[in-house]
Amino acid sequence: MTVIKETFSEGSSLLHRTDPRLKLVSAFLLACVTAVLTTIPGALSSLIGALCLLFLSGLLLLQVLKRLLLVNAFIGMMWLFLPFTTPGNPLFSQFGLILTREGIELALLVTLKSNAILLFMITLISTTPTVTLGQALDALHVPEKLNFLLLISYRYLEVIFQEYNRLAIAARVRGFVPGTSPRTYRTYGYLLAMVLVNSFDRAQRVYQAMLLRGFQGRFYALHEFHISFTDWVIAVFMITLAILIFLADKLLPVFYTA
Amino acid sequence: MHISEGLLSPPILVTGAVLCLCGTAYGLKKMDAAEVPTTGILTAAFFVASLIHVPIGPASIHLLLIGLIGLLLGWSCFPAMLVALFLQALFFQYGGLTVLGVNTVNMALPALLVYFLFSPLIRHKHYRVNTLGGFLAGSLAILGSGVLTSLSLALSGEPFVRAAQFILLAHLPLMFIEGFITAVVISFIKKVRPEILHRSSATELGLE
Repeated sequence: MTVIKETFSEGSSLLHRTDPRLKLVSAFLLACVTAVLTTIPGALSSLIGALCLLFLSGLLLLQVLKRLLLVNAFIGMMWLFLPFTTPGNPLFSQFGLILTREGIELALLVTLKSNAILLFMITLISTTPTVTLGQALDALHVPEKLNFLLLISYRYLEVIFQEYNRLAIAARVRGFVPGTSPRTYRTYGYLLAMVLVNSFDRAQRVYQAMLLRGFQGRFYALHEFHISFTDWVIAVFMITLAILIFLADKLLPVFYTA
Repeated sequence: MHISEGLLSPPILVTGAVLCLCGTAYGLKKMDAAEVPTTGILTAAFFVASLIHVPIGPASIHLLLIGLIGLLLGWSCFPAMLVALFLQALFFQYGGLTVLGVNTVNMALPALLVYFLFSPLIRHKHYRVNTLGGFLAGSLAILGSGVLTSLSLALSGEPFVRAAQFILLAHLPLMFIEGFITAVVISFIKKVRPEILHRSSATELGLE
């Protein structure tokens, strides 16, 4: 059993081969542009752009859709509230609840924006293996300590998860069945505390081993990034996409309402 | 709870990002090079803890352990939360890129507050006081996080207020469970490996 399956980072598509620094910056740019959109045509064009990237990334559509469905839970909850809590033209009213056109539009806007940003993240960031991402962040001058923290956390996720699993199996073998009771919570508490104590001890050993090998406070990346011609083309494409989304948000609604 | 992408208004997003940057920068500055591996491995442990689903009635919720993170890490909780949330966004797409700042602040700020408020109780020599401190830290951190999360949503626009109230209510059962579990963990660590708790209090409050 593994915690992290970096399914999206495996592949050899155009986007998988693109310079990770470029992908990080583009993802950030496109996410920020999308986050400030205020109209449905704008959000829709952002989603269309994101779908184009999904096509370029060659990821399995079904896999991505499954992931999107899972993380749309929060947005789903918004659909329970927004259509009724937004003032505007009533479409339908029953049991004192008023469903408004503006409410549905707001919920739709939020859904489109959210999924567009998620797709940008999947296609541009999750298509890079985490270690390469760390090197890219380093090249982008993210503070060394923070980057080191990221890489070491990533490195030990799996180890600690295995440790937790070992203890959880031991508890199960002794007849522990989780339920809603203080006993369950106490057992989880002891389990977690043991995981923390083991992690702390491990951290001491790891640090000593690192010092022994001449650790000086940073990871050295042997890999150097090179921006190829294709990368430049992609960079231009990303910037154009961001501008188009922004313009669509400002200009398209004129036709939309007319 | 992570707020999704696309919901919050730009002023809230920017405020969150700026606060997150300040907290992280200060946390990193205070973090000794020797502390980085420990903080990193504890961050991984908290990431694993957030994958544990604890049953509550017919449903189940996953743990956050915000209060515990605060008590163990002090100011380092800002960079640690940022890293953990970034990894969650990377692997599971929970949370996201533009809301990373807001989500980090919503969890790290209450963690830091309970660290300042309850560290003295944790360092107290009486076992019962430690347990009480653990419970208060665990539950109040969740309450604080719930308040901040719903506040960031409610301030993003009038229509979000109802949903924000609901989110705050949803945090209440978690409050008690987290408080209880944090109390258990603290009393356990206090007995088995007290230096884990005294590490942060000694170096960061400038005591001893």
